[in-house]
Amino acid sequence: MNRTGGSLRARLVLQLVAVAAVLAVMLYFTVRSTADRAAEATQDAILGAATTSIAEQLRAGEVGVEVDLAYATFSMLGAMGQESLFYRIDIAGKTVTGYDDMPLPATVPISLAPVFFTSAYLGSELRIAAVARSIVIGKTLVPVLVMVGQTRQGQAAIADRLANRAALLGLGFFVLAVPLSLLSAGSVFNPINRLAEAVRRRGPRDLRPVRDPTPRELAPLVAALNGFVARLRGALSQTETFIAEAAHHIRTPLSTVRTQGEIALRQSTDEATRTRLRAMIRGVEESARSASQLLDHAMVLYRSDQLEREAVDLSQIARNVARAFAPTAELKEVVLVVKGDEGPMLVQGDPLLIESALRNLVDNAIKYSAEETAVALTLSQAEGMVTLTVQDQGRGLSGAGLAELSRRFTRGGNVADVVGSGLGLTIVTEVAAALGGRFVLTEPEQGGTCASLSLPQA
Amino acid sequence: MRFLLVEDSPDLARSVRDLLALDGHGVDWAATLAEAEDCLAAAAYDLILLDIMLPDGDGRRFLQARRRAGNDTPVIVMTARAAVSDRVDVLDSGADDYITKPFDVAELEARVRAVLRRRGGAAQTVRSYADLSFNPLTATVTIQGEARDLRNRELRLFEILLNAPDRIFSKDQLCDRLFSYAETVSDNAIEVYVGRLRKKLAGSAARIETVRGLGYRLTCE
Repeated sequence: MNRTGGSLRARLVLQLVAVAAVLAVMLYFTVRSTADRAAEATQDAILGAATTSIAEQLRAGEVGVEVDLAYATFSMLGAMGQESLFYRIDIAGKTVTGYDDMPLPATVPISLAPVFFTSAYLGSELRIAAVARSIVIGKTLVPVLVMVGQTRQGQAAIADRLANRAALLGLGFFVLAVPLSLLSAGSVFNPINRLAEAVRRRGPRDLRPVRDPTPRELAPLVAALNGFVARLRGALSQTETFIAEAAHHIRTPLSTVRTQGEIALRQSTDEATRTRLRAMIRGVEESARSASQLLDHAMVLYRSDQLEREAVDLSQIARNVARAFAPTAELKEVVLVVKGDEGPMLVQGDPLLIESALRNLVDNAIKYSAEETAVALTLSQAEGMVTLTVQDQGRGLSGAGLAELSRRFTRGGNVADVVGSGLGLTIVTEVAAALGGRFVLTEPEQGGTCASLSLPQA
Repeated sequence: MRFLLVEDSPDLARSVRDLLALDGHGVDWAATLAEAEDCLAAAAYDLILLDIMLPDGDGRRFLQARRRAGNDTPVIVMTARAAVSDRVDVLDSGADDYITKPFDVAELEARVRAVLRRRGGAAQTVRSYADLSFNPLTATVTIQGEARDLRNRELRLFEILLNAPDRIFSKDQLCDRLFSYAETVSDNAIEVYVGRLRKKLAGSAARIETVRGLGYRLTCE
């Protein structure tokens, strides 16, 4: 079942085309009947004039009646085209000349004003004009009936020609109406498309109400949309504030616990207490790390949905991250170096997502590195991709694959002694997927782990 | 070193102050931005530790206002908000660095050192013991005019011992201060670093003594 609710555009175009079709048909019939009537009126005028003129020229002779079928009259009739002419003159009810079987009018004329009628005769349709007059023969007043009939082929042909033109015109009108109605439907839907485009073009964080000019008819829709956006904005800002405040309220007491634990540890000499304090501090560390990784993970998922792509300098981000982690690395005597050209290496992506991925890679590399080793960040460029490789000299992966390690809350089998949340590589993998990049984890022969993140060049 | 700690939680502020005091630092505590203003008007600090969410305003705005007013005391923001966007925000407001709560004192000290080194030093710094002088920022020990560079762990080990000369530190105590709780350390790690530090201090009147069964201490002839 079609659940889309149909297309307004199709509906509008269909209606416009249907109206055009009806108009075209009406045009055809109007032209046809007008042409018929016009042709008939012309024929009647000529027929009438001819008949009347014949009747007027009847003269009573010494023996009978003189009929003058003037050729001028017939040539006038010939102007109507290749038609056959018939005539009949009755005097005192008797046909004296012409075709005595020509049909008589239903109402007998009483004067020189012609009576017209149409009748079938000898297999074709005749238009007949009939007039009456009286002439004096001898001393008697005798009624005379004069009828002239003409076939209608020419007239029908003219009417047909006109009707065909009308049909062509109607068809043309209809054919023209289809693109025109498509055009007008387009122009009607343009404001809707513009509105949709304006809403679609918005960045993921743009929750301002829609202010683009919209036609009056769309105002209720835009008002509803703006109401919805306002509610969404409210809900989001509440969530954001909530997360920030929750983080604050969880981390501040955790910090207190951790710092107090450290003070206690420094002041205590009892081995059992010290072991407990160490376990406590480790627990605090673990929960704090999980909390921040969960927040980052949520941020990555949220931003991947609504990607804001811009040209981002991967080299710059790599250097910033390296600088941010330098003190952490220093604590372990791990040397953190960035290799590659000084110049910018632009990739297409979201700077926050990229930074999040890089931080996780560098954090992992330092965490799993042995004392006094090096972690190298190398930037390279090939085949439309910029690749950042993070190479450490740590413990390696002991055979675990990326598919396994990138699963949420899954950690390698050789890292139980190091604090971790099992979300770091999940985040990196998700960022790579969201930005159309690649993430590869390998164990080089010389040992350690090599993590490569490739992103499409801008 | 003298710190100004701007933090609204009294429990956390007290514990951070106590912990830094154990390492010989002086800490003034301000619970609000207004108190922080008062402290800054009255004294000079080597570094400000600034929380972001404070009862009378946003730490970032305070920081921006101070930077605009031309005050450039180094600032490390202690943030409970760990999202990447927050970190970027903090640096944009003029902070020198940030540290996410809860933090390791060793990490805080490392960051403080990095910031001060970048800024070209603090008022305090060089400390002397016996015939040697020590600059924790540049990580150099000078023995009778001859400078020797210490590596990070050697530097921290030396700092710990130097803070309390003649006091005996057990291996465990040193281990806790030198290594993060997030890592496990082999038993002889401390011996390795003590050995290295002894080499760097060779020729000085000061020496690291092994007190059998108890630990180590810094002493001089």
